Amino acid sequence: MNMPDFTHIWPEIFVASMACLVLIVDLYTDKRREIVYWLSMLTLVGAALITLSVPAPVRTLSMSNTFVAEPLTDVLKMVAYAVVALVFLYSRDYLRVRELLKGEYFVLGLFGLLGIMVMISAHNFITLYLGLELLSLSLYAMVAFDRESSISAESAMKYFVLGAIASGTLLYGMSLVYGATGSLDLAVVANSVSANPESMSLMIALAFLLVGIAFKLGAVPFHMWLPDVYHGAPTSTTLYIGTASKIAAFALVIRLLAEGFIGLETAWRDMLMVMAVLSLAIGNIVAIAQTNLKRMLAYSTISHIGFILLGFVAADTQGFQAALFYTIVYVLMAAGAFGMIILLSRAGFEADELSDFKGLNQYSPWFALIMLLLMFSMAGVPPLIGFYAKLAVISAVINAGYIWLAIAAVVFSVIGAFYYLRVIKLMYFDAPEGTPSIDAALGMRVVLSANGLAMIALGVFPGALLALCGLVIPVGLR
Amino acid sequence: MIESGIFYIFATTLVAAAIGVITFRNPVYSALCLVLSFVTSAVLWILLEAEFLGIVLVLVYVGAVMVLFLFVVMMLDINVEQMREGFTRYAPLGVLVALVVAFEIGYVVLRDAGAQPVKSPLPAEGYSNTEALGAVLYTDYAYAFELAAMILLVAIVAAISLTMRKRAQVKFQDINKQVATRAEDRVRLVTMKSEPRQ
Repeated sequence: MNMPDFTHIWPEIFVASMACLVLIVDLYTDKRREIVYWLSMLTLVGAALITLSVPAPVRTLSMSNTFVAEPLTDVLKMVAYAVVALVFLYSRDYLRVRELLKGEYFVLGLFGLLGIMVMISAHNFITLYLGLELLSLSLYAMVAFDRESSISAESAMKYFVLGAIASGTLLYGMSLVYGATGSLDLAVVANSVSANPESMSLMIALAFLLVGIAFKLGAVPFHMWLPDVYHGAPTSTTLYIGTASKIAAFALVIRLLAEGFIGLETAWRDMLMVMAVLSLAIGNIVAIAQTNLKRMLAYSTISHIGFILLGFVAADTQGFQAALFYTIVYVLMAAGAFGMIILLSRAGFEADELSDFKGLNQYSPWFALIMLLLMFSMAGVPPLIGFYAKLAVISAVINAGYIWLAIAAVVFSVIGAFYYLRVIKLMYFDAPEGTPSIDAALGMRVVLSANGLAMIALGVFPGALLALCGLVIPVGLR
Repeated sequence: MIESGIFYIFATTLVAAAIGVITFRNPVYSALCLVLSFVTSAVLWILLEAEFLGIVLVLVYVGAVMVLFLFVVMMLDINVEQMREGFTRYAPLGVLVALVVAFEIGYVVLRDAGAQPVKSPLPAEGYSNTEALGAVLYTDYAYAFELAAMILLVAIVAAISLTMRKRAQVKFQDINKQVATRAEDRVRLVTMKSEPRQ
């Protein structure tokens, strides 16, 4: 009996211990909870430093092959730390003015991050599932966080019930895989799947797994929970679900499909194609009818998920790289957009209606410009980064030989541009209602501005991020 | 021979109990049926020589979880009439979904019917299910085991943070304050000038 190699698992151990520490420290703090906030931020910085200090230049398995470390996991984890840090920073004042600033928000946020990290590094169906449950449980509680609000309780209930069904489906698929292959190890399953591509039970397992994945991603036709949860949850939680959990969803897809089921690629490719096109269509068209910005962004999420799935439809190295690139870019854009809603919200007022953005240019030209950058980037207008993300996915799809898919993606993007442009029209050409003002803290203003400006900075120099995605998904993956 | 006889008796009971869980209108009966299905599946575990899992299933699920569940169900005032509403409305859709699933399962089962069933290996001499479980649980699956512990911790944190609250208008004793109280807090000694008798 030899000890497992703990080298690459230190970030997980650190985050888990710090989350427990924050839980205890929270008992002895005052209402402002400065120390809880800074301790959580310190956890993220510390985890990032640890991840950087123990990089995995080659694929390394440890913990009896249930844990994998590779360049891809390092990059995804770094993105996750950065995004959770953004979420905490944006949420603090929002929670404080609503008297929701409790230590549990940060504790659950950190445990959710742990779940994301576990999923990113999972090399076994059990760890993948446990990471997913850790993340989902934290999210259910965070959605119901505002106990005085009945709409928030309702959306938490919907999220919980549908999430449980999705987990059940996923688990059923996994048990079928175990029945067919006799192992839960991703590498063993991958070999066994490649050896019997005709197996009917594996096909059915794949169908169940895909339903579970689609639920968690929010892809059409399993998207119905998304708008209600985005709308009902406190905006700070919506921010978390809309950004950090999408990294986990990407990890889930890449582990299950691109790694475990690469042998059945032709089968899942067709299923994903249907879901991707439906997501693009329904996401972009229904978003036009929304008057609530959070619901609109929820439908916009669905359409972006369609784009990420398109990257997987290509099912080659270029496609996976494009999907990774799109995920990172989307997470940054969504963080900025929900950050803008939080910025305009005040005590007793949620700036989540489209009309709340009327005339923003008249009283805050700077943040109107930031929102303009974010919206143009989501719509995919060059030279912003959102354009390059769409370009990468579409060129991957074309290279894989699906011209009609690329045309559909472009057509629906053009339809989608309408509702992004409507936000810009409201900000620049309408008069504000009442006398709104922005009273956010300096830190939030600076970081949100940086978030918006990153859209154009990355858009002008997309090479570094693209090269990074190319580096971490090497040709040998499939 | 006798083994398969036991299997079929308990498997049939299990399926019947599971159907009972979802068809009984009285939630207490449903919960009791769930207890029955747990007990019968525990027997199936034991039949597979997984004694530890069978006993744990009875101890944890039947002994702890389901009893608690029954308490809660009995305390809730559930309107049975209200639950019956909408049954006929959704029945056709439900039947359709059930038929599709039954067809799929039947297809898979019949398709692989000719295949040779895998014989489960005979356990070695002195084999102990509990020992074998413990040996992998704390070695090969130590990471997963710790993660499960984390999930339980999150469940506790989530449950407490969602249910425990102090409402401002509720009156309750603060024992600490009561114990720490001093005479000066309760009785105010006032010195008064004595007044002359009139």
